[in-house]
Amino acid sequence: MSDTASSIPLSQRLAARGLDGLTLLVVPAILFSLALFIYPFFYGLFLSFNPKAGGALANYQRFFSDSFLYGTIATTLWLALPVTVLTLLMAIPIAFRVRTMKHQRLLTTILVIPITLGTVLVAQGLLNYLGPQGWFNRALLTMGLISTPVKLLHNYWGVMISLVITGFPFTFLLTLSYLSGVDPALEQAGATLGAGPWQRFKHILLPLLLPGLAITFCLSFVQAFSVFPSAVLLGAPAGPTRVISIAAYQAAFEEYDYSMASAVAMIMGVVQLSIVVAVLAARGLLYRGPAGGGKG
Amino acid sequence: MVKDTRLSARLWAFANWAVIGFFILNLFGMIATVVTSSFATRWLGTWLPAGWTTRWYSSAWDEFQLYDVLSVTFQIVFLVVFLSGLIGVPAAYALARRDFPGKKLVMLLFLLPLLVPPITFGIPLATVLYRAGLAGQMSGVVLANLVPTVPFVILVMIPFIEQIDTKIEAAARVFGANTFKLFIYILLPLLAPGILAALLLVLVRTIAMFELTFLTAGPTSQTLVVALYYAVFAAGVRAVQSIDAMAVIYMVTTLLWLLIALRFVNPTQIVARAKR
Repeated sequence: MSDTASSIPLSQRLAARGLDGLTLLVVPAILFSLALFIYPFFYGLFLSFNPKAGGALANYQRFFSDSFLYGTIATTLWLALPVTVLTLLMAIPIAFRVRTMKHQRLLTTILVIPITLGTVLVAQGLLNYLGPQGWFNRALLTMGLISTPVKLLHNYWGVMISLVITGFPFTFLLTLSYLSGVDPALEQAGATLGAGPWQRFKHILLPLLLPGLAITFCLSFVQAFSVFPSAVLLGAPAGPTRVISIAAYQAAFEEYDYSMASAVAMIMGVVQLSIVVAVLAARGLLYRGPAGGGKG
Repeated sequence: MVKDTRLSARLWAFANWAVIGFFILNLFGMIATVVTSSFATRWLGTWLPAGWTTRWYSSAWDEFQLYDVLSVTFQIVFLVVFLSGLIGVPAAYALARRDFPGKKLVMLLFLLPLLVPPITFGIPLATVLYRAGLAGQMSGVVLANLVPTVPFVILVMIPFIEQIDTKIEAAARVFGANTFKLFIYILLPLLAPGILAALLLVLVRTIAMFELTFLTAGPTSQTLVVALYYAVFAAGVRAVQSIDAMAVIYMVTTLLWLLIALRFVNPTQIVARAKR
């Protein structure tokens, strides 16, 4: 056997394993990602252990001993987690409502607008709209719901609202795309056997949808956790909405301490990753089979 | 299925529509505020401005040097679109057609830049680009923007390529086409709709990509969204209406391309990027 194997040219043996000239087309993209994604990551990791002053761990010690720095983790989580949960709770029932709707495309098009415009424009729009003389407060005053304008800018709520405006469509469209992957025949079968709407949701759709919802949660959370422009423009970047990306930005571009900035970026990555890993580990316990009915 | 007509079901449906209606109302209110303000002469403490004018557009055009900013924006965006197509499409083809050892690892390599938010990987990336002397100019901005767009093109293109019957390629091979000819005469025409969709999505995302451009741009390589950020950040220096006029120009630019993109893609594709 070994004689015949060695008499086959190397190129054919490689081709049998899927490596030939065509496979090489992937090489430029791999090199590109290695050079501009993987290498900067390790460069940053290495740099974070080479602080301007002090031992290898000086940056991390400084971060976890200064409440102005380590407090940013809690501040960011306090924004990102409620926004993610809220948008998900809003998105699920609405996605269920919309999935059978006739003009679904019109609604999805409207909802994709804030995502396309991005956080900077949303921030500028909200600065006018939510201001004490803006239409939002004006409408509430006219309706008699409030007697003095509500303060929604340059505090926690401004950032929260802007995150919901860009985050809700994102979560909703993801949920909708997962929901449309579930075969309606499964739900119809449940209805035929006498299950009511709530029972169909609880015993058929939710279990099939949960793995997708876990992914949606992760993506929405990571987006909200990396909030930057709206925290600066709509929040109070020196105090209640000093999120972790502001700390990283200030270290890099105001103090020119790239080593510290890299350390903060690494901490930011670790916090994001640990939440994502926790959610995905929980997802591993869920049903992960076909959601497409008989076709498998 | 039978329509549920009980009172509780109707109330629940009403609540859902109320939430979505409230959301859209506020979204349009926000956009309308920007547009109204950009045409306002003076707007203080009333529902509508005291008078209407278009002069803020010409003043914004001069103050923010929008001609330069727009030309830089489009140079960067088209370079990013072209290069991500050039690197991404062949890679997607190889990944769709071949199974090789370590393919899962390669897929993970392309998935990560889409899952990790730009500001997290952008700071180390900007550090490397500054050390290499590339940041602060257009080439650095283009390179930074390519980091998420190349994997994006790959992940969007793989399902498109998998749909194409391998027999067509086998036939071309039988008639003596090499890989390059196969690409030009067979695959490119067949994949044109998919490539167009992927590149339009890249275009829309790159115009609105704030973080990576912000971290790597210098004074002469700012895109429109970064210039808008600096204008809003330094609000008070310029008239609000002038900034709003710039915001409207940005909105029109982005939404125009979005409208073109939506002729070829489904709105859900803009977010459902990492779907398997």
